[in-house]
Amino acid sequence: MQNNNKIKLLVPLISVILGLLIGGLIMLISEYDPIEAYAALFEGIVGGPYYIGETVRQMSPLILSGLAVAFAFRTGLFNIGVEGQLLVGWLAAVYVGVFVDAPTFIHIPLAVLAAAAAGALWGSVPGILKARFKVHEVITTIMMNYIALYSTNEIIRKFMLAPGERTENVKESASLASPFLQSITNFSTLHYGIIIALIAAVIMWFILWRTTLGYELRAVGFNQHASQYAGINVSKNIVLSMAISGAFAGIAGSMEGLGTYQYMTINAAFTGVGFDGIAVALLGANSAVGVVLGAALFGGLKIGALNMQSIAGVPTELVGVVIALIIFFVACSYIVHWLINRVNKGGKI
Amino acid sequence: MEYVIDMRNIRKEFPGIVANDDITLQVKQGEIHALLGENGAGKSTLMNVLFGLYEPEQGEIYVKGNKVVNNDPNIANSLGIGMVHQHFMLVDKFTVTENIILGKEPTKVGKVDLQTAAKEVKALSDQYGLRVDPFAKIEDISVGMQQRVEILKTLYRGADILIFDEPTAVLTPQEIVELIQIMRKLVSEGKSIILITHKLKEIMEVCDRCTVIRRGKGVGTVDVKDSNPDSLAAMMVGREVNFTVSKGVSEPKEPVLTIKDLVVLDSRKVPAVNGLNLTIKAGEIVGIAGVDGNGQSELLEAITGLRKASEGSIQLREKDITNKTPRSVTANGLAHIPQDRHKHGLVLDFSVGENMVLQTYYHKPFSKNGILKFSPIFEKANQLISEYDVRTPDAYTPARALSGGNQQKAIIAREVDRDPDFLIAAQPTRGLDVGAIEFIHSKLIEQRDKGKAVLLVSFELDEIINVSDRIAVMYEGKIVAVVDPKQTTEQELGLLMAGGKRGTNDAE
Repeated sequence: MQNNNKIKLLVPLISVILGLLIGGLIMLISEYDPIEAYAALFEGIVGGPYYIGETVRQMSPLILSGLAVAFAFRTGLFNIGVEGQLLVGWLAAVYVGVFVDAPTFIHIPLAVLAAAAAGALWGSVPGILKARFKVHEVITTIMMNYIALYSTNEIIRKFMLAPGERTENVKESASLASPFLQSITNFSTLHYGIIIALIAAVIMWFILWRTTLGYELRAVGFNQHASQYAGINVSKNIVLSMAISGAFAGIAGSMEGLGTYQYMTINAAFTGVGFDGIAVALLGANSAVGVVLGAALFGGLKIGALNMQSIAGVPTELVGVVIALIIFFVACSYIVHWLINRVNKGGKI
Repeated sequence: MEYVIDMRNIRKEFPGIVANDDITLQVKQGEIHALLGENGAGKSTLMNVLFGLYEPEQGEIYVKGNKVVNNDPNIANSLGIGMVHQHFMLVDKFTVTENIILGKEPTKVGKVDLQTAAKEVKALSDQYGLRVDPFAKIEDISVGMQQRVEILKTLYRGADILIFDEPTAVLTPQEIVELIQIMRKLVSEGKSIILITHKLKEIMEVCDRCTVIRRGKGVGTVDVKDSNPDSLAAMMVGREVNFTVSKGVSEPKEPVLTIKDLVVLDSRKVPAVNGLNLTIKAGEIVGIAGVDGNGQSELLEAITGLRKASEGSIQLREKDITNKTPRSVTANGLAHIPQDRHKHGLVLDFSVGENMVLQTYYHKPFSKNGILKFSPIFEKANQLISEYDVRTPDAYTPARALSGGNQQKAIIAREVDRDPDFLIAAQPTRGLDVGAIEFIHSKLIEQRDKGKAVLLVSFELDEIINVSDRIAVMYEGKIVAVVDPKQTTEQELGLLMAGGKRGTNDAE
């Protein structure tokens, strides 16, 4: 048991090291200095309050989109539609932020809940299609992503347009921005969203492992037939799972709308945060703690890459390569397991 | 006498356990040699050693007199050893011929020569009496024929030593008779057979000699004609085993389950249960005998609420449970030991403890206001584990890690503990060894004696005859006869199951 947990931790760790090593090799081939690059990357992640603030800010939506993917995965569903659920959540949060008047302690929860509801609604559509007509959720969620992208754009254009291809800013009472957090992080864009994201991680863990609902969801995820025999309503659980997953994704959207940007732009393409959630969940082995750690790594690498480019002149794309390599090694954890076994057995590779 | 297979003093260790300890297996040319042992006794390990999948720590292997240093599965093939697996290794969408030649295809100008292949398959199947249609797809043929394809696969590869791994577990009584004929034919054509099994009846019927292993140790080899089922069972289990299920006379009381004119459609919308009537009383075990596919599964699914009944009614005590949800049927006092314990009985990735509350997790004391209470859950689990002797390291172990017998004990513990009025046991002993079978039968009878109604569905006629108080024969979706197990024979049941009329009673 203990041994098992150790390996669970070792796999992502070794994958990160392998990813960095091979990334370094690629830098060498491309005639960049990997040591200088990685030093700049590292500094860009934790080298000062500003960088830490930016990393943490980047983490918030990644935690939530990772939770969305992980939650669905734990219940046997592959939610590729986090991106679309995030977009509708973003729009719903901004809508409430712009058009509703309320004191802060009502306005922020209301906007976040609106985002969660929009995401849940968007997620439940593929859930219903799967439960009712056995349509595979991967196909429907991908389709729903495109519907979300173009409908949110159209709604902004029609009803919420402000100069600059975007909406108005949300009212101050709905904003997650924090002058206090900004001031202690040397004026980064850090906002209170991280608190919401961490609470969401606790909620995800609690629902799955401490409630009868989570028990049902996990049972259905592992074995639909046995669940049905035991009297669990499989269809209801599929829809519920997609709705809860979508709610996490929707809240991820509110991070952008109420925190980082304070508005929503007309998006020419997907934000990518939803898709990154798949990688974060994979990296975090679909556990709440793992997702938070995975989001930290992901967010850190993305933010650090900016510094790497400006200081060491290494293009940010190379960090994309490193991230891809890490995911690659986690996905084929077989290779890493094999390496661990070799080391355990003979002490040689 | 030369041995075709001579495995001497084999020892195989895995971290923490000795799977094989000083086992000797010697198979003579042209004999059917049984390898007998309980689940987990080390039969598979020994065969994997023979196949070169595992390297033994000690011991020597001789095949046809030549010493083998066997660490490559391909060597077993070249030595003429073939395995007929319990779970068939067939490609469903391929034809019989395509499956048989897979991996050793005859080619003509780079193209698979199916015509020649089909001819070879035909010749082989004629020679050994293995009836197959070379051009039928695997998914369209019966389980018995699929098994014959598996046998042909080994013969096509030139095997003359065939290992059958629990071959009768999936077969109907008729198919078992056919298989035994095939095995005799194979031996008469000069092949040698190792039969892995824990069914003593088959050993007595078809085998020449029998090697028994118990908990990884070789117990010995005996001539079958000098032994009897009791002595073999005692060798296998290590104690005397009670075969004749000991039970008192049943005292049926009021009806518990009443089925009237039930019609259930299968997934192709054809009536699988077609106007079925059956009453089961408190304090009796009714056994349903029938060839697989005569509507048994659909009947059980209709009773348990998993499939809609299109006509008729099902009544449990005074409540109508026709087309109710599984949960409401369960709440009305039904418990169900499903036929497929992996698919329907357990969530294998859940812990044993979590599996113990699969129907009751939403009740007090296991949860309150939607929050699970783990200490009552695992208290309950530990109580059931000790009461029903479920062998597991602890209640937190995944159900997947348990042996088949212990998984079944866990299911029975869960179902019986709910104190149901009516208990369905579908194939409750399938694939289990005698020790576990004995335990499960005694539990079923215990339930009966407590005044519960029990419905037993099984393809093992022995089990039906030994355990039931009444036998209902099911044929083409109807109960065609109800017989007294004390006054019937396997022959009579077999005839009724095949749709024949009763000999003596209907003679006028």
